[in-house]
Amino acid sequence: MKYLVVILVALTAFASCEQPSHTLPILGEREVINGDTVYHTIPDFSFVNQDSQVVTNATFAGKVYVADFFFISCPTICPKTTKQMLRLYEHFQNEDGVLLLAHTVDPKRDTVAALKHYAHNLGVEGSKWHFVTGDQDEIYEIADDYFSIAMEDPEAPGGYDHSGRFILVDENRHIRSFCDGTDPADVDRFMKDIESLLNEKK
Amino acid sequence: MKRSSNILGGLLVLLAVLYAACDIKTYEHGEILYENFCANCHMEDGTGLPGIIPPLAGADYIGLYPEKLPCIINQGIKGELVVNGRTYNTEMAGIPQLTEFEITNIINYINTAWGNDFEIVKHLDVRKALEECE
Ligand code: HEC
Repeated sequence: MKYLVVILVALTAFASCEQPSHTLPILGEREVINGDTVYHTIPDFSFVNQDSQVVTNATFAGKVYVADFFFISCPTICPKTTKQMLRLYEHFQNEDGVLLLAHTVDPKRDTVAALKHYAHNLGVEGSKWHFVTGDQDEIYEIADDYFSIAMEDPEAPGGYDHSGRFILVDENRHIRSFCDGTDPADVDRFMKDIESLLNEKK
Repeated sequence: MKRSSNILGGLLVLLAVLYAACDIKTYEHGEILYENFCANCHMEDGTGLPGIIPPLAGADYIGLYPEKLPCIINQGIKGELVVNGRTYNTEMAGIPQLTEFEITNIINYINTAWGNDFEIVKHLDVRKALEECE
């Protein structure tokens, strides 16, 4: 048993040497099944975006994406997080490898038409930034999946209050980084993480 | 004689500084209220959210319709409006719990913050405007 631990530690050290210096960790719970590490993975989902198109995991195949949760009539932090998402949208305007996925948590009021209106007013066109609605329970369930990693870190600003977070997902559906979407400085750091994730693929 | 006039001069300067500090205090109060009641939407720097929430920093609207501000704060506003050439049409709910004094302080904060240079309003102007809200 003791040897096993030593070997594991040595292997981990070795593995971390192998990695290029800027590789982001894979976040979330992990299990070892038959010797393979299985990382926390975003499950299948299916929602509808502002252009009435179905958005699934396949929409993000071969891309990295940033997920967040909001609602149009939200009087508290949403304008701030939307403003920071707008920064990401503008920053990665010409980078096809990055998409944005904003889920409404108020699907009753935030219909496809309402989302279209909102996106249009913001000046968002094209298919980089998906504003999606769908079954309320499914949205809440997937939120738990995205935020499970954020919850592990009670020291993070906002603690267990997961609202306002941006989550970075890689092409293997693994969560690689997150930030407080109300804090421009934290979003700056997050942008660098997105860039290093893109570089990893190159 | 010379010495006492020096002291007098010093006192005057001190008084002026204190007076100025008091003056700033009013807007500090406005700033705190602004952060609590307005900054979520209009942002700490008054820039709003393009297309959804109009700016207050450098907003032509404030210069054009200064008399509307007390009613907007108290009763809210909805329907189309144009700020710096961009059309907005999202409802803003009123904040009826703010008193006349608080509204005055918020407006004076807005009118002088972020490089804004709009006219300072008095509490009685705000009262009059509130009496005439639609
Ligand atoms: C819940 C979000 C929200 C909050 C909080 C809010 N506003 Fe607004 N405000 C808006 C929206 C949205 C509009 C545009 C309304 C429209 O389109 O008809 C607006 C319009 C305005 C306007 C007129 C347009 C302009 O930009 O000059 C003023 C002035 C204003 N708000 C001041 C304030 C002040 C002062 C406070 C705090 C006491 C405040 N607002 C709080 C959302 C908000």
